[in-house]
Order: sequence, then C-alpha cells, then structure tokens
Amino acid sequence: MSDQTAFKVIGTRPVRHDGVDKVTGRALYGADVRMNGQIYGAMLRSPHAHARILSIDTSFAEALPGVKSVVTGADLPAMADKIADTGEGAVNLRHLSSNILAGSTALYWGHAIAAVAATTQTIADQAAALIRVEYEVLPPILDLAAAMAPDAAALHADVVTNELGEKGKAPSNVAEHFRHEKGDVAAGFAAAEVVIEREYKTGTVHQGYIEPHSATVQWNADGQLIVYCSTQGSFGVRSEISEILGLPISHIKVIPTEIGGGFGGKLNVYLEPVAALLSRKAGGRAVKITMSRIDVLAATGPTSASIIKVKYGATRDGRLTAAQVWMAYEAGAFPGSPVGAGSGVILAPYDIPNVVIDGYDVLCNKPKSNAYRAPGGTNAAYAAESALDELARALNMGPIEIRLKNAAKEGTRRADGPVFPRIGFVETLEAVMRHPHYTSALERSSGPLRRGRGIASGFWFNFGGTSSASATVNPDGTVSLTEGSTDIGGSRTSIAMQFAESLGIPVDQVKPQVVDTDSVGYNDATGGSRTTFATGWVVYEIGQKIRTELIARAAKMLETEPGQVSFENGVFSNGAMKNIPYAQVTADLDKTGGPIVVSHSMRTRGEGTAFATHIVDVEVDIETGKVDILRYTATQDVGHAIHPSYVEGQIQGGVAQGIGWALNEEYIYDKNGKLLNAGFLDYRMPTTLDLPMIDAVLVEVPNPKHPYGVRGVGEVPIVPPAGAIANAIFDATGVRMMELPMSPARNLAALEAAAIAAAV
Amino acid sequence: MSHLVVNSTVNGEPAEFLCEPHETLLHALRDTLLLTGTKEGCSNGNCGACSVLLDGVLVNSCLVLAAEVEGRQVTTIEGLTPREGLHPLQQQFLENAALQCGICTPGFIVASKALLDRNPHPTEAEVRHFLAGNLCRCTGYDKIVRAVLAAAA
Repeated sequence: MSDQTAFKVIGTRPVRHDGVDKVTGRALYGADVRMNGQIYGAMLRSPHAHARILSIDTSFAEALPGVKSVVTGADLPAMADKIADTGEGAVNLRHLSSNILAGSTALYWGHAIAAVAATTQTIADQAAALIRVEYEVLPPILDLAAAMAPDAAALHADVVTNELGEKGKAPSNVAEHFRHEKGDVAAGFAAAEVVIEREYKTGTVHQGYIEPHSATVQWNADGQLIVYCSTQGSFGVRSEISEILGLPISHIKVIPTEIGGGFGGKLNVYLEPVAALLSRKAGGRAVKITMSRIDVLAATGPTSASIIKVKYGATRDGRLTAAQVWMAYEAGAFPGSPVGAGSGVILAPYDIPNVVIDGYDVLCNKPKSNAYRAPGGTNAAYAAESALDELARALNMGPIEIRLKNAAKEGTRRADGPVFPRIGFVETLEAVMRHPHYTSALERSSGPLRRGRGIASGFWFNFGGTSSASATVNPDGTVSLTEGSTDIGGSRTSIAMQFAESLGIPVDQVKPQVVDTDSVGYNDATGGSRTTFATGWVVYEIGQKIRTELIARAAKMLETEPGQVSFENGVFSNGAMKNIPYAQVTADLDKTGGPIVVSHSMRTRGEGTAFATHIVDVEVDIETGKVDILRYTATQDVGHAIHPSYVEGQIQGGVAQGIGWALNEEYIYDKNGKLLNAGFLDYRMPTTLDLPMIDAVLVEVPNPKHPYGVRGVGEVPIVPPAGAIANAIFDATGVRMMELPMSPARNLAALEAAAIAAAV
Repeated sequence: MSHLVVNSTVNGEPAEFLCEPHETLLHALRDTLLLTGTKEGCSNGNCGACSVLLDGVLVNSCLVLAAEVEGRQVTTIEGLTPREGLHPLQQQFLENAALQCGICTPGFIVASKALLDRNPHPTEAEVRHFLAGNLCRCTGYDKIVRAVLAAAA
C-alpha cells in the first residue's frame, strides 16, 4: 500500500457531502416520499403469539368508502425453499414470504395477517380494524427451554433438525445443530489445572433505529414496479421482491431514500411486496405504508435471546488448554438466528489448542430474528469474557495479562476454520495498557455506591462483497460519483475521500450520490462493515483509471508522451518546461477525445477482521441495583482510518448500543406471548443522561489487502461492552451477573441473594 | 369526516390549513404543510424526533393536536435555518460529525436551540439533562454534546 504520510485527503475530517441536507431537514427519508395520487396502507397484525388462521373476512373493510384494496397471505404466490444471502446471513425466501403476510398460522404477536390501502391513513387504519379473523389459539413457545424440550410441539411441520449436516426425520424446533472442533478437547481439559464452567442467559433486543420502516410502491400498468424505501441494500430489496412476487428483476426499480438507521434490521423486506400487491389491486395507484413504533418492535428486527455455556481449562501459569461452548439462540418464528456468527466470535480472540463449540438455531413464537450489528457477537462475548474474567481471578492474573498470554495472532487458526492474517488484537490490549484510563486508579467507596472496573475484548469477521460505482469527469473539474451503497453514517464521504486521494483532487470536488438499481451496477447491502472497505476500493480503482486517462489527455495538450507527464498538486507537468492546470484539462476534454466516464465493479476479498478491547468504570448503587457508566474507553484496530471522526462515531455508537443491551434493553412478554414493552418508554434505550463521553482510541494496523489499509470498523464496537460491564459490576460488588440485561431489578435480586448466601 | 380550519404562524409566515380533529401537529406539518424536516420516530413522545418550538417552547409535535396551534407560532427545523448559510448549531453539528444517519438530527437541533435560548452557556451536564428527551441510536451522543457546547462557546 501507499506511504501513509503522503496522503492529502485520507485521515482528514471534511464535512460530509450530504451534511447540509441533513441538518436543514431537507434530506428525504422513507416516510418523506410522496408520489402523485398516492394512497395509504395499514396492516392488521395478529393479537396472538401462536394461532391457526381459520378464516379472514375482508368484506366489511372493502365496503368502507375510501378503501381501494385489501390483501392477505393468500395473495402471495406459493414459494419453494430458496436460500438467499443478504451479506449478514442467509434467509429462506419461502419463510420471508410467510413472515411479511402470514400463511395458515400466525407465529408471533404482531405477525402481519392482512393489509388495506385507502385514500387516507385514517380510513386505512379504520378498515384494517374491520377485517374479521377467526383464530384457533395455540399454546405459544416463548423460550429456549420450552422450544428444545423433547416433547415440545413443533412450530413448523416442515422444519426438521439439520443435525451436524444430516437431516432429521421428525419436525423439530431445533432447525440446526452444528459443531466446530479443533484439537482434542478431552485431552485439553485433562491437562488443565483450573477449570471454570458457567451458564449465561441474554434477552431479546432490538436494533432500535429511530426511523420506522416505510415503503411507497407503484405497480404500473406495464408491469413495472417503482419502489421507494428506506433500506440498507436496494439490490437485495429488488431480488427479494422479485422472488416473493415472481417478477423478473428487470420489472423492479428500487429507489433508496435516505435511511434513518438500520444496524442490520433494514436488510430484508417487510412492507415492499405488500405495498406492491395493494397497488396492483388498487389499479396501480402508489401505496405508501409506514410502520408505527409498535409495529417496528413487534414485527421487525430483533436479535436473539440466548443461553450460552462456557467452560475454560487453563494451566496455573494462565495458558488456556481447552474450551467448550454450548450456545442456543432463538431464531424466532422462522429459522436463521445469528448463532453461526456468534460461534465464530465467541473464542476468536484467543489461541486455544483444543476447542468444541456446539450451536443450536431454535424456533419460538417471537418475531423472526434479524441481523443486529455484529450479529450474535455481543451475547457470545458477554458469556466468554465473563468466564475469562473469572478464570483470571482464579489464577490471580490481571485481565490484560491473561488476554496477552493467550492472544490470537497472525497464523492462529480459529475453531471455525480460518487462519488469521495480520491482525491487531495484541495492539488493542497494549493501547489499553498505555491509556490513562487504565493507568489511573479508580476511587472506591464502601458506602452504597460501589465502583468497579472491567475489561473485555471482542472480534468481528467483517465482510467484503460486491460493489460497483461509476464516475463522470465534469468540465469544471468536479467528478460526479455514482454509487449504490446506502449511506447510513457518512459513507458518501468516506468513499469520496478514497476516490479523491486516488485521483489526486480535493474531496470537495467529488459529488457523490446514491442512486437507484437501474442507474448503477450491482452492490451488496451496506452491512458487514463492508462499505468503506469495498466501495472505497472500487472508487480507488476508478480514480486510478481516470488519473491515467487525464494524464494521456494532458500529454496530448502538452504534445508529449503520457510517460513524460506527472500530475501533482492540481498540475499536469512535462518536466520543468511546460505544465497545464487540472481545470484546463477537464475543460478541454471535448477537444482531446470526449468525456471521461469510468465504471468499475469488483467482488472484493481480503476484508481483514476487526478486534477491540474496552475498559469501563461503573458505579453500582447497591440499594437500587442501578448501574452508572462513569468512564468508557474503547480501543480498536481500525486498519487505516479514512475519516477519523466517522470511525470514532462508529465506535461511540456501537458502545452506546452495547451499553443499552447490557443494562436495560430487553423484550418483555406476558405468558401468552404478547409483547408488553413495544415502545421507547419501556423498551429503554440509552439517552444522553445515561452515558458519559466515550473515548475511542484508534489503533491503526493497516489491512495489507486494501489499497488504503481499510478494515471495517462499524460492528466490532458492540461486541465487548456487555462483558466489560459485567466484569466491572463484579469488580464493584463481588456479584457475578449471569443474565442480560443487568437491569436494576435483576442486579438488586442478585445482590440480595448474595447477601443472604453470605449470611448463612 | 369534518375538518377544522386552523390559522397559525409557521416559521414566521401565516399558515391556514385544514385538519381532522384527532390529527397531530406532527402530521399537519408533514402531510399538509409538507414540512418533512420534522420526523416521526415513535408518535408517543419518547424519541424527540418531532421536536418543534410552540411559542418558543420545546414540544413533541406528536403530542400536540393540530387544532391546538390556532393563533400560535410554530418553529420547525426549516424555520430555524437562516436565509443564508446555516444556524451555528447546524454548522457545529456538521463540523463535529454529530450525525450519522441524520434522522434524529432536526429534532436535536431544535431542542438544542430551545436550550441555548434559555441557557446560552450550558455545562455538559446541563446539555445532557436538557437533551435527554431526544433519542439518537447512532452516535452515542458524544459528538452531539460536543457540537452543542461548541455552538454555545
């Protein structure tokens, strides 16, 4: 890769290209779309967590003046099993279809049953309430223990266990059991002098993006579909609509709006095919459907509740000899929890010679789980890093010491197979050791407010994937850069910066725009921490090609050979004798051969994995169980930071979500499977008052595979927080929290139980 | 359904509009007056994305009925933006990279203006206390708080 010190654009902190639109309210998000003649959709959702649908009577709704169309699951084409990869995990399209409108069975509270379109939202809402559904209520299965019990009723008659690669015979709620093995785990534990074995539980949490899902769809008389929606991946939406409705992709144009957060929850379709069917039935009028917050929490997202058992063996000198993991994740109503990713994360930071990991993907009557930032990683690391903290204490070792002693390095093989290339895990540990947060002592008290410090590490794979982009050199010297990657947090600018660096122009001369699926080549979704890495690489290649072409044009104007021309500081130069400014070359493109338009597409590899180590100070009020975060420092191997402020922002945001997951967030269901906290008052995400400033320490170990050393940075920061906070709570109170979230009530119960146990 | 006629002042200009009796100010702003800078995140007063000023006081427009603004002054993010350039809060949000997805940003800027109008030099604690009614899921608030402090400096 290039010499970092020579960079002119990379490493600076320019204002984002879409910034003015976003601070003035002009940027158009999903719900801001308005098509001429549009009508409004509303969904009817199941009031039962599990029920057979005996009949649906839509006649009263259809009779309401203003109602233009009504659809149910019967309007969806029958589908065969087909697996599609969204970049953050695979999805079975038949299940996706049954998720967006139920077939014969409602599988969770809030499962969509029918939809209405009407001339106003008020009429649509009234009409949805007029749809009569006859249900046969079935007992819901609401947790892993019930779902995995040998005599449990199966949610789906056609799901059998994929048991270590062999298809089972009887229907089961365990959709898959897989195993990763390395070495000889029995021998590893036989060689251990200290063994720690623990079991952890975690609750269901939601991505919590502030923008509810919204889609506006028009089914034209010529069979062409126009789809405006807020999505992480417009091409994924196109292919999912195509599969679910049986339309050729050439009939579907997806126009992505600005997106108000996704975190994995806006990869798959929920509303788009439903709005399409409503539009077709309404004679081609555009139909807009926007979810309420209740709909978002009840029927989209969440990520899995889990039970994770971790067993470590180590010698007295702190060397890990073996690890065994059993992990079961709730998939929700359809198979596909992130347990596979969780199994790759859980022990990844450590070089352990003997490992067995068993993973289970388990169905239950909750919404279909979806990707959430480093899917499956936070709960996995909470379990593994809590157990490692206990092991370190049993060995009388410090938390950094035990991690350094066992740290994975270049050449270490993960239990799930791959061998690490150059990674920066050790560097994150060393960065913590150097940081004033670590080197300064924590002031402690024996009163009701107990302080403690915790450390945890985390890993995320990152993803490369396919990106395409196109650039046009304008006569005034600016370059229009056309991309298909959803800009969810500043990627227009992080991509434009790499383009500007490659071509050799200032970043404010680049005009990046995110366009529809008919206007740019294929792009995988913005997910897997891939966009700055992969789309940035694509535009690097485009920049190099344009640079070469501009040098050829300048050579013509200078009446010399391209090999004699250099381009530095905005000037093409033929030695010391003659030079010509960049703006003159671009102004004269017509005279030197015509416009310059360059497209490039590539399936990127070599994404480079990410590691992070976090340190947190907490204060636990032992009279109320409330935990305050006093200080938080996150060190992370970020490869090479293109826009350091945006990298810091990714780390700070990931940490904040991790803190919410650790301390407060969880779905609460009643015994019938009704979600009791489907709103932001009771599904309590962190506010400004709950968090301190978050110190993001960028450790730069450039990724040797990327032209600018980029590694994905967005996901790994959510992996360590829950483990770090659990370790800090133990440090403060001597009580080990075995379940997330570590909410005041749960902490208080644990503190009281520990006090009673101590008194006996 | 019968509609009500409402006469108000929105962003300094007279605004006469029709609304249904149950309609919120948020929906009137977005769907009738086409001021979509005010965002809907929850519609029950818990996220602050729909923050506007009503006679200079910060409110969640999802909790105000449209009919209630008869004779009153409403300021939205569109009205906070000067004719030329940007409001200092808008400028500082950009320079401090205080937004990622941007959906909460108009609400945060309106709420921050309400804070600075009554407390031009807040401490970090005062900023955090005042903005606790606005949710952001992307930033962890660090850079938002810094932007507000910078705008107040």
